[in-house]
Amino acid sequence: MPNMSEKKTEMALQSPSQRNKNFKEVSLGYTEEQAIEEAKRCLNCKNKPCKEKCPVKINIPNFIEKIREKKFEEAYEIITESSCLPAICGRVCPQETQCESGCVRKIKGESVAIGRLERFVADLHNSKERKIYIKEQKNIKIAIVGSGPSGLSCAAELLKEGFKVTIFEALHEPGGVLTYGIPEFRLPKNIVKKEIENLKNLGAEIKTNTIVGSSITVDELLKEGFKAIFIGSGAGLPKFMNIPGENLNGVFAANEFLTRINLMKAYEKNSQTPIYVPKNVAIVGGGNVAMDAARSAKRIGAENVYVIYRRSEKEMPARLEEIEHAKEEGIIFKFLCNPIAIHSDENFFVKNIECVEMTLEKPDETGRRKPIVKKDSNFLIEVDSVIIAIGTSPNPLIKNSTKGLKTTEWGGIIIDEEGLTSKENVYAGGDAVTGSATVILAMASGKKAAKSIIEKFKSN
Amino acid sequence: MFEILEKRYLNENVILMKILATNVAKNVMPGQFIILRVNENGERIPLTVADYNREKGTITIIFQIAGATTKLLSKLEENEKIKDIAGPLGKPSKLEGLKKVLIVGGGVGCAICYPIAKHLFKNNATVHIITGFKNKDLVILDEEFKAISNKFILTTDDGSKGEKGLVTKPLENLLNSNEKYDEIITIGPLIMMKFVCEITKKYNVKTTVSMNPIMIDGTGMCGGCRVNVGGKIRFACVDGPDFNGHLIDFDETIKRNKIYENFEKKAYEKTCNLYKGS
Repeated sequence: MPNMSEKKTEMALQSPSQRNKNFKEVSLGYTEEQAIEEAKRCLNCKNKPCKEKCPVKINIPNFIEKIREKKFEEAYEIITESSCLPAICGRVCPQETQCESGCVRKIKGESVAIGRLERFVADLHNSKERKIYIKEQKNIKIAIVGSGPSGLSCAAELLKEGFKVTIFEALHEPGGVLTYGIPEFRLPKNIVKKEIENLKNLGAEIKTNTIVGSSITVDELLKEGFKAIFIGSGAGLPKFMNIPGENLNGVFAANEFLTRINLMKAYEKNSQTPIYVPKNVAIVGGGNVAMDAARSAKRIGAENVYVIYRRSEKEMPARLEEIEHAKEEGIIFKFLCNPIAIHSDENFFVKNIECVEMTLEKPDETGRRKPIVKKDSNFLIEVDSVIIAIGTSPNPLIKNSTKGLKTTEWGGIIIDEEGLTSKENVYAGGDAVTGSATVILAMASGKKAAKSIIEKFKSN
Repeated sequence: MFEILEKRYLNENVILMKILATNVAKNVMPGQFIILRVNENGERIPLTVADYNREKGTITIIFQIAGATTKLLSKLEENEKIKDIAGPLGKPSKLEGLKKVLIVGGGVGCAICYPIAKHLFKNNATVHIITGFKNKDLVILDEEFKAISNKFILTTDDGSKGEKGLVTKPLENLLNSNEKYDEIITIGPLIMMKFVCEITKKYNVKTTVSMNPIMIDGTGMCGGCRVNVGGKIRFACVDGPDFNGHLIDFDETIKRNKIYENFEKKAYEKTCNLYKGS
């Protein structure tokens, strides 16, 4: 009998008043019973709208069926046919705009909790010791630039086919945005480590502290015998607003604030990296990064945390769950509000942020509602810190050091349908191509490039 | 892990280390820097590469014990290892085509001038060098600079070695004596670079400075190292570290460098206490 409850089976969470003071994971995951209970809500529809809406086309109804049958390892195998990072995607994918948006259960009530089920299956798998099966290695070397989601998924696909994979990472720790960007309370780092460990067990070599484009160039890699190169260097460069006061002490790019916290663990007692603990802080932006920064600020001790977003709540690009969790944790949202200047005290530190109110125009042809400034609506918010989370642009290091690599005006690497760049045997994907997007889209592009590389070199 | 092959004190507070770092040595050029992390809990700090040997895969760094991390680093001995070194980072200094250059270095900043002066001298440019220190005990690299320059002027604030006074005095003298330079390169404390730039602006001589602001990743990601260059935000790590000194807002950078002052002071004291009595 299907479970006809209109609501998702609830997942245990740390209480808001407790969790906004620690960095432990907020969501505690399903138990076996809860997972089976939730799996029974899936109606196993024939046309599988959920699968269609998944960027990597996971066979969702099939893996959920295996959960119902308590064949959890088989469920895991079905997921990993399409996705190499299920424990991560189960946590950070915007399911409500992807798989879950297609679920027929939404006609009356909530969709099946696909993300939570994916996470359950992956965590259960990872909690057990497994025998590792390494496919016979071909003597074909492939270089992956960047160990973020696109690079890791590209590597995983290639390793499965027996290619020799070397991943180059600029930082001292692999994982890209999964390591420096997404906080522990949303994506525990031991999960990222585990997924990377899995790739190492499959034969991947990871070279940290190596900046492709300066430690070694793309052309040098080709000369060294790498048959193909995948560039997944991400969109690392933070954007600023170009308003007065952005260089004041206390103004940070979200990247800096989050890197100090996530990569450098500045909130831990024995970390030697400093962090500025604000009393009152404004975060500018409405995406996941803004939510991460706001909730991290609260956790390190900020009293009042404001999120300033120029459109309304409905247009916010952050995951629904993150917005809800942020509200529960006491984050104050200022919708339809846009900063125009940051003002300083006598010591060059932030004193307040000046904003204007906005209204939304009627939707244009694309359905987007443009925000416009309300006249004479200026007001001040007293803050001693401002964190800017309005997006990032691709890192220029590789573009500047690689002859013949074509990029767009804003620096995105241009690729064709196969993931191939303008340079022979050089592929690219993820944010380096698209500008800041999601983990799952980056993964999908890494996978696609891997398929092209496999197709081209498998007979060698 | 990166092995220290040689360690020596240039003065009681400034240390030279030669390190095996093939990832950096392969492509590093004068003006570029590395980011290092001494140990597992260490912070990432930028240090300019003072010299390198591509064949042997080594780089040389010269640093002053100024805070907790440099204190920790100073405690490492030959054959011990540094946890992480990433690089080379930043754009190389633009030295091509320069025929006559004046280099003005101050304090430990002279270490950064050294590879630049050496490169220019090797490529047959006329190189004049002024270096400035507080007193004779803090002087570094004077013999080395003498060997790679056509004119070398050493100054100390108290006159205990070389000319007495600041670097700006011989600088003005040279500019007044009708020496025509293609470019002046100045590296040292922010306040020194500020005054050097004020003078060279009067004489309308192109002046390049090397900025060393707070940074974490060094690859353009954190935005912490932003400097105000002609009213525009530039990242020292990917757009620099060299900039047109006449466009830099030095006062702003001086204030920005103080953001973690209290934290740094405490961390330094804590680190010093660790080594007390040893």
